[in-house]
Amino acid sequence: MSEQLKRTPLYQKHLALGAKMVPFAGWEMPVSYPSGIIAEHTAVRNSVGVFDIGHMGLIKVQVARGKGQEEGLDLIQKLTTNDASKLAVNQCQYSVLCNENGGALDDLLVYRFADHYMIIANASNADKVLARLRSFPSATKVSPWEDHAMLSIQGPQAVRLVEKALAVSLSNLKRNHTLEEKNLIFSRTGYTGEDGIELIIDKIEAPKIWDLFIEAKIQPCGLGARDTLRLEAGLPLYGHEYDEETTPLEAGYPWAVKFDKGDFSGRAALLKEKEGGLKKQLVGIELEGRAIPRQGNSILDIRNSILGVVTSGTFSPTFKKPVALAYLLAPCPLSLASVFVEIRGERVPGRVVDKSLYKRVK
Amino acid sequence: MSNYPDNLKYSKEHEWAKLDGKIATIGITHYAQDSLGDVVYVEMPAVGKEFKAMQEFGVVESVKSVSSLYCPVSGKVLERNENLDKKPELVNTSPYDAGWIIKVELSDPSELNNLLSSADYQKLLK
Repeated sequence: MSEQLKRTPLYQKHLALGAKMVPFAGWEMPVSYPSGIIAEHTAVRNSVGVFDIGHMGLIKVQVARGKGQEEGLDLIQKLTTNDASKLAVNQCQYSVLCNENGGALDDLLVYRFADHYMIIANASNADKVLARLRSFPSATKVSPWEDHAMLSIQGPQAVRLVEKALAVSLSNLKRNHTLEEKNLIFSRTGYTGEDGIELIIDKIEAPKIWDLFIEAKIQPCGLGARDTLRLEAGLPLYGHEYDEETTPLEAGYPWAVKFDKGDFSGRAALLKEKEGGLKKQLVGIELEGRAIPRQGNSILDIRNSILGVVTSGTFSPTFKKPVALAYLLAPCPLSLASVFVEIRGERVPGRVVDKSLYKRVK
Repeated sequence: MSNYPDNLKYSKEHEWAKLDGKIATIGITHYAQDSLGDVVYVEMPAVGKEFKAMQEFGVVESVKSVSSLYCPVSGKVLERNENLDKKPELVNTSPYDAGWIIKVELSDPSELNNLLSSADYQKLLK
């Protein structure tokens, strides 16, 4: 188990900036810089921040055209919940790789490019996703794309500053679309609840491009701020809001499950759950007081019956109060507003709200 | 060296104690606040509560994590730093001064000998 932690090409840059490095899913990544998580979080909400996300698992799926069918597409269609046939070239979609029970093996972005598809998996699940794709009988070549680096520039000023730093025009780049220019892939996506660009670049180019953003006074942000930002926006994190017993319907992504596209792994179980009712549902919780809810804390009603469990909790830098994402178990009245969160044996009053605690003003 | 003042005693759990007669002021060290990151809540015991040495007396929560506070010496809580309710970040910005956590009346001053000097605490951090 003494496996060496992997490092992105920006490792030395993080050290030079004084980042606190931590092990995460087999990688040694910055959790925060000397400015601290709250300052990094606030920079992204108010202006812009840049993240090294080179730990994400990029997988290329070749499009093998034969017998009138695109085999790469067929593989993706049979294994993921969303309808990849709807993707235009240079478009991407959120999708979920499910087991036969509808439980999530990972949540993904599926990209279509001219001559291949690309899947972005969570770092913690990259090997599992690759094995799952390869286990499916298909002539399609599935390969990890390991010579990449990935940066994410997020915040209301992100697009403008990326345009300026890299001398490109992104004004026509729509949400969930990509632009290939100057050997870079610009993807208008993110994991913060803000507008932004995710950049897929050659490893060798990464330090130079990172420096351009730092010189442009863009705040470097670590995994800590990435977590608080995604939590406020109600975006699931595998290992918290998702596991192999949790379905995309429960996590709040019914629009990413396309029952009408033909059979896919987990379809029957998901259809049964849709028709029979969800076993649990992801919600947001706002708490009174200062104690911070953490994964595993119970959600109780006034009679101390267990209503559900916290999956992620933090102090919200935007709202300046403790917040959580939690699953409420059925049958639980969704009109339910007042609950208690049990933190260190104390019952802390809270309020059930939409899982998207933070919504960007567009 | 100013990160670990010589006039304080240190615990292996990263608390410090400053003695003034029979009263010890207690807080967390520079190393502890730096490891935690932005402190957003300090849960403190009620005045009058008694603790044995190395018993948990509260928690400090940062954005990322929660960490227990251990009382480095046995005694009774005389005072708590009420400023931390409004400004928990004082634990980060001034861990040995404005960011103190509780004041305890010692029940056994000899326990101070079990704590580390600044030099020994810094050896522990290496």
